[in-house]
Amino acid sequence: MHQHTLKELSVLLDKKEISSTEVTQALLERIETHEPTLNAMITVDNDGALEAAKHADAAINELGGTASAGKPLLGVPLIHKDIFCTEGVLTTCASHMLHNFKSPYDATVVERLRAQGTVMLGKANMDEFAMGSSNENSHFGAVGNPWQTDRVPGGSSGGSAAAVAAGYAPVATGTDTGGSIRQPAAFCGLSGIKPTYGRVSRYGMIAFASSLDQGGVLARSAEDCAYLLGPMSGVDPRDSTSVDQPVDDFVTALDGSGLSVTVDSSGDAPLNGVRIGVAAEYFSDGLDKAVATEVRQAISKLESLGASIVEISLPNQHLCIPAYYAIAPAECSSNLSRFDGVRYGHRCESPVDLEDLYKRSRDEGFGREVKRRILIGTYVLSAGYYDAYYLKAQKTRRLISDDFAEAFKSVDMIAGPATPTTAFARGSKTADPVSMYLNDLYTVSANLSGLPAMSIPCGFADGLPVGLQLVSNYFKESELLYVSHQFQQIDDSHQQRPRGFE
Amino acid sequence: MSIKPDEVRNIAHLARLGLDESQLSEFSDDLSRTLDLVDQLNQANTDSVEPLANPGQCSARLRDDVVAETDQREKLQTVAPNVDNGFYLVPRVIE
Repeated sequence: MHQHTLKELSVLLDKKEISSTEVTQALLERIETHEPTLNAMITVDNDGALEAAKHADAAINELGGTASAGKPLLGVPLIHKDIFCTEGVLTTCASHMLHNFKSPYDATVVERLRAQGTVMLGKANMDEFAMGSSNENSHFGAVGNPWQTDRVPGGSSGGSAAAVAAGYAPVATGTDTGGSIRQPAAFCGLSGIKPTYGRVSRYGMIAFASSLDQGGVLARSAEDCAYLLGPMSGVDPRDSTSVDQPVDDFVTALDGSGLSVTVDSSGDAPLNGVRIGVAAEYFSDGLDKAVATEVRQAISKLESLGASIVEISLPNQHLCIPAYYAIAPAECSSNLSRFDGVRYGHRCESPVDLEDLYKRSRDEGFGREVKRRILIGTYVLSAGYYDAYYLKAQKTRRLISDDFAEAFKSVDMIAGPATPTTAFARGSKTADPVSMYLNDLYTVSANLSGLPAMSIPCGFADGLPVGLQLVSNYFKESELLYVSHQFQQIDDSHQQRPRGFE
Repeated sequence: MSIKPDEVRNIAHLARLGLDESQLSEFSDDLSRTLDLVDQLNQANTDSVEPLANPGQCSARLRDDVVAETDQREKLQTVAPNVDNGFYLVPRVIE
């Protein structure tokens, strides 16, 4: 039951060969079996899931199937990252600050996917407030990578990634501020997409860095990403930064319909007409040799499918990490000021005055990485340093974004590694925050520029998955999904399962 | 860039974070290293470059001036640590 993709489950549910209740029950049991090893979940909502499955089964009976009713997600189980507010279900953001927070409302993403009849099994573990690249910053403990449980699953959507890789659910939601969907997708052998900034509503998605945060999907194939991303996308009156632009039909795009490049998916050159840029800056120092080899082979496969490979340059690539680690903490320090021990979340015992209430509640509620980023952010925004750090970073952000605009004059998308290495050992980078930050080397640029980007499995190095990153122009998610889907027709990396979790 | 524990104390106060002495010295080390990383921005020539604050370049959307939300005070206060009669309670501010 756990091996089915979302698409396969949808077909089986439609034909009534299985019921949503049966799948849900089986996956809940699987979660219970593997949680002692992985710790990928913060909350498992057994009762809520079975109730939702029962409703889905009734609806399937009434509608006479899912496909004919145009509801392919009806009865499909999924897991939400614990950053998305879920009414009546604990929403902790993996922080002690919100350890007791039962959200009084649903995030737009949660509401929209519920309206499609999906069944939420529970809430995935993550780095506290989405700050981290290893899921070791969770108040609820670290998460194991199913491929090798003493390795990290990546972060911050590490729980979502481990859960999908272990077969807890076919798909999970995630969020990506500097690579938090793509890096864990790469480390766990999954397909993960971060859409264009503004494509998915951020309402009810607990804010870390508002100009960078974007919701997306982790799944076992590009096809499954397409199925889930569609209903999540679109303008939302409750998020003024969501973009009022029609949402492509991502599922029909898998066959090449509606793309701005003309392609023919029926022949053996489905990528004929697609220009893919490769930047030397993505293959410089810091990239593991074995990862580089796999990524280059994947690019050759794209070429064998008909894509033309074009050398491009992203001259400000080396400034992405410095810019990101000024901008993201600055926005974090501002956003996290809302946690004051007054309106929700943790409050210290017997505060003597208001300042003591704020200071002790925040000291007790936040973990070390979160405090570190609040401090950096406060520093770069403080009088005397604002111009030198924050404004300088924003200007550099423009340069980085302009590099992409220039590149997209001659290519349709850019291919490269998603991460500098494969999944590293737990505990190996926790002592040095800067070495941890360098994990985001290839991913933060898409957040700084707001571009859609995707990581798909493209091979293995020492038994651990390697991710290929594709970045396309604004609102060209369809093209990312098409190219990834075509790649997955001739490459089986995405079909490999970790030993012990087959 | 070296950030001394006293400076961390000042920043922590601005951020309303109560840190003890051992945290102040740990963070002084972490912050110094992170700011060394950020200092690499000085390699960039950003003369006459406009800062980019938001990739969407969005302008504020207008909507009709009609009531969209109902009063949910009671529901929203169920998650508050201490409320009384619809008010959030905090330690006395005015003596």
